Amino acid sequence: MSAPTPSMFSPAAKATAEKLGLKLGRANLEVFAATLEELARANPHIVAVTSDSRGSGKLAPFGQALPKQLVEVGIAEQNLVGITAGLAACGKKAFGVSPSCFLTARALEQIKNDVCYSAVPAVLVGISAGVSYGALGTTHHSLHDLAVLRAINNLVIIVPADNFEAREAVLAAAEAAKPVFVRFGKAAMYGLHKPGTRFEVGKAITLRDGHDVAYVATGETVVHALLAAARLAGNGIQARVLSLHTVKPLDTEAVLQAGRECRAVIPLVEETLNQLAVKRGPIVYCLESADLPAGTRVGEVALPPDIRWTARYDGRLLDRVVALHGVAEARPAGDWTGRLYRELRASPTTPVHLRLVPYYAWGNRGPGEMTVWLPRAR
Amino acid sequence: MTDRQLERKAIALRRAMLRLIFHAGAGHTGGGLSCMDILNVLYNRVLNVAPHTFSDPHRDRYVQSKGHCVEALYVVLADRGFFPASDLETVCRYQSPHVGHPTRPIPGIEMNTGALGHGLPISIGMALAAKMDAVSYRVFTLLGEGELAEGSNWEAGLAGAHYRLDNLVAILDHNTLQITGPTREVMSTEPLAAKWRSFGWEVHIANGHDYAELSQVLTAGPEPGKPTFVIANTVKGKGVSFMENVAQWHHGVPSEAELKEALAELEAAEAALEEGAK
Repeated sequence: MSAPTPSMFSPAAKATAEKLGLKLGRANLEVFAATLEELARANPHIVAVTSDSRGSGKLAPFGQALPKQLVEVGIAEQNLVGITAGLAACGKKAFGVSPSCFLTARALEQIKNDVCYSAVPAVLVGISAGVSYGALGTTHHSLHDLAVLRAINNLVIIVPADNFEAREAVLAAAEAAKPVFVRFGKAAMYGLHKPGTRFEVGKAITLRDGHDVAYVATGETVVHALLAAARLAGNGIQARVLSLHTVKPLDTEAVLQAGRECRAVIPLVEETLNQLAVKRGPIVYCLESADLPAGTRVGEVALPPDIRWTARYDGRLLDRVVALHGVAEARPAGDWTGRLYRELRASPTTPVHLRLVPYYAWGNRGPGEMTVWLPRAR
Repeated sequence: MTDRQLERKAIALRRAMLRLIFHAGAGHTGGGLSCMDILNVLYNRVLNVAPHTFSDPHRDRYVQSKGHCVEALYVVLADRGFFPASDLETVCRYQSPHVGHPTRPIPGIEMNTGALGHGLPISIGMALAAKMDAVSYRVFTLLGEGELAEGSNWEAGLAGAHYRLDNLVAILDHNTLQITGPTREVMSTEPLAAKWRSFGWEVHIANGHDYAELSQVLTAGPEPGKPTFVIANTVKGKGVSFMENVAQWHHGVPSEAELKEALAELEAAEAALEEGAK
């Protein structure tokens, strides 16, 4: 079953994009398929491996033009990755192409062992990633793919933000001597880059400079960061926007530089929605059990957005640190012994005095819990 | 190498493997002994691989899907000169590249294996690459019986027949035992021959400890257009009477006394072989 391509843009967003001079291009999927076919025509060792995913991967024309360079494995993602690895081990530049939701969950062990651990120069392409199949439900979503693949050693992960990055990603993957994962969705992408932009794996691209705030975004979220930056500019705030197309290895230098030069860094990451983290200058803070009243757990604390922090130097705490003090809300979780589910009941919150310590200093006061991200109190 | 020479070598390989496992304090004794004769035939008679030609793209490929029996592979590769026999003393030691499953940094090893159900799909890819390049190398993979419960083998079973991979040989070390007990009680894979025939594979059944039989099925030309599945009937723990057909020896490590007893038994077998040769 197919799904309508999600529209990520309100009329206002479209108007802003137009004002910024952004032009809507093609889906990265189409750019990938065209680029791969172009490469494969010139190099007979380039092979596409599909799991009944020729249609969704826009590779039907590839299969018609170069039937000997397309390996169909049927609906069998484990086999797709194993075969891709075997081809790559024997001199083929094999691109295993499958919806990211299936590829990176069902065949995760093959990705980990056959491709990454065996270190064969295979390319895995996760198509229709994220919530591209939105209306089809969770079976078809891949919100886990970057998280699980980042935890696997020896894999380059590229998430292109527009057609230029998509083409460059495919070209780089075809040349790579080590395993590469490329991920994109189904939606048409705005062109974000000026002509002549240089794409280098592992190097973030600065799309807009600014020193008040920095957006570090990847893939489909980059354009939204640009739109947000334009809106902030209307309020006199200059936002930097980085397209972090290579998620692994991470361009830590660009992120750290943004942190040094800007006043705040916001990762545009779905997983941290409605969660807050606290920074003082460049220092990230965290909450540890040791800084809560006895009986209050880290997971019971929520931060009011208007919390007032007091920074206090403590010469006896953690080999001398500046701690942050404030009053937050605690909602007792109650007794969960032996239970996985409980009926939801409204429960009152009580004020709780918090002390946050620098993240670098955590884990020095015996067993306990720690968190950087805290839910926003409503 | 004659069958008699291979048999003599097999005794030396078994002794080396038992010593290795004893020194490492870990290893898969039962399965290593059951597949040793298969590896011996492959590396000393069938595969066109050698240390000095291992980078030749036209070499035969061997992927050990039952990666846990790496100790048997290590002693065969060391005997074949891929790396010094002294490396065998480092198996599973801190900083040794010789870990408890096959990895590519070890000369002679094609792919990292150890998680079960991976070798056959990889071998399909390798055999496909040979077909695409119209080159004549063959691809061999060794499967354990217990691992046939992994569905990925059956996905690969479809693909092998679909792509008519007559350059592919899957060998089953059919010792009928897995870690928990008899495979027929854990999760039966029978009728094995009928299953693989129905998948479109050419099936051969051989005594996995008989050099003449093994050689015949492994060197015979393939049935055109069909991948080959060899059911090698073996005995888990083969060659050491008190280890034979005992599931506990799956990854049992011999004590010093047990090692001594096993080595003595193998020495006696060697003497008997010499006697028979006279």
